[in-house]
Amino acid sequence: MLKSLILILMGGVLVNNYVLNQFLGICPFLGVSKKVNQASGMGMAVIFVMLFATAATWPIHNLILVPLGLGYLQTIVFILVIATLVQFVEIVLKRFIPSLHASLGIYLPLITTNCAVLGVTINNISAGYNFLESMVSSLGVGLGFLLAMLLFAGVRSKLDDSNAPKCFRGLPVTLIAASIVAMAFYGFAGIVENLLA
Amino acid sequence: MEIIIPILICLGIAAVCAIILTVSNILFGVQEDEKFLAIRDALPGANCGACGYSGCDGYARALSEGKISETNLCVPGGDTTSQAIASVLGVEAGKTVKVFAYVGCHGTCEATKKDEKHLRDGFKTCREAAEHWEGENVCSYACIGLGDCAAACPNNAIIINDGVAKIISSLCTGCGLCAKNCPHSTIKMVEDGTIIAIGCSNHDKGALTRKMCTNGCIGCTKCARTCPNSAITMDNNLPILDHSKCTSCGLCVDACPVHVIHKDVFVCDKCFL
Repeated sequence: MLKSLILILMGGVLVNNYVLNQFLGICPFLGVSKKVNQASGMGMAVIFVMLFATAATWPIHNLILVPLGLGYLQTIVFILVIATLVQFVEIVLKRFIPSLHASLGIYLPLITTNCAVLGVTINNISAGYNFLESMVSSLGVGLGFLLAMLLFAGVRSKLDDSNAPKCFRGLPVTLIAASIVAMAFYGFAGIVENLLA
Repeated sequence: MEIIIPILICLGIAAVCAIILTVSNILFGVQEDEKFLAIRDALPGANCGACGYSGCDGYARALSEGKISETNLCVPGGDTTSQAIASVLGVEAGKTVKVFAYVGCHGTCEATKKDEKHLRDGFKTCREAAEHWEGENVCSYACIGLGDCAAACPNNAIIINDGVAKIISSLCTGCGLCAKNCPHSTIKMVEDGTIIAIGCSNHDKGALTRKMCTNGCIGCTKCARTCPNSAITMDNNLPILDHSKCTSCGLCVDACPVHVIHKDVFVCDKCFL
């Protein structure tokens, strides 16, 4: 039991890294990875939202949609629920934990319809995870996102000082760097099966 | 009929979501300070940072929370903004001084040979170059010409022409970011309406200055002696102009043997946003 949970967690962080391996959530990955502290703020917010979103969407899918035979509605319903949830969390945070809102606040609206968040909830369902496994999987994916953001923010801070050819400066060299980081992550493929063997 | 149930389910979930958001907004919603909103509307929204805060929001918050009382910190907004803020806060408006940027250096590539130095040393930013900007025949007061100011300018009002930063006065809002980012402090913020400007910042002795730059001030004090209003004083071999005494007569411009003092109408269009 514990072993399978650890496998799901590590799989989310390393092997099936959503950003670098499945190419979900590329928008914040390129948009908010200029500075390490911004990247970590965004990563934390994504973990936070992924956990809440999974906790809300798993019961809705399994208790409402599946008994009614409406599984095909999951995309629409999940977007609706996630967007509401993020807004709700933002309102509550602003009222009760202003300091956390100040640090996550600007990133929360960005995540409302982030495909990584929607992707993790849908993939949890299609993988047939139970509630606990879904939560662990979301945590793993969120941590993987944070890891990718932090790694890439580090790469980009080096890129800023590099002397790239003029036609490559800015976005082109960033995309090339992202592809190299993604290739590096392919090295983790197959590691999970043998992790606890 | 089969389509009715999914529609109802979707509508139902949407309705529940809407109710949750509305109720939570009523229960937990934080009312933004009306003063803050009014002040933020009065500010130009340029987020230039000239007020010393991170952006217009930061300045508006500091004002609305009473941390500061100066209504005149917004340079791009000028007097109109200052009065608008003052009317929101119910205090007397402070005067804003219209300023814009002036590059106190005319050391072109030809006059200073600095293009050769740049090529030799391969620096990419002024800040980087200023760390190593020393040695013979290198003016440590000069515009380095690598464009840190142009990169900092939110309005693209600065171009680097012939190795010297040039302010396009029609685009300058007077936010002062270029002056803050100039490692040699060659860019100075001068008051609006200034007509006479001294185009050299070098405090070295004349002979030394001229060795570095053929456009430099030789410190002959002729301008100071010519000025009928004694608006020009000499400070370590460089004339300093007191704008409050200057009548823009232009006698110093004619007197200067090396044409370092310039007469121009520095009126900044965008200073009156």
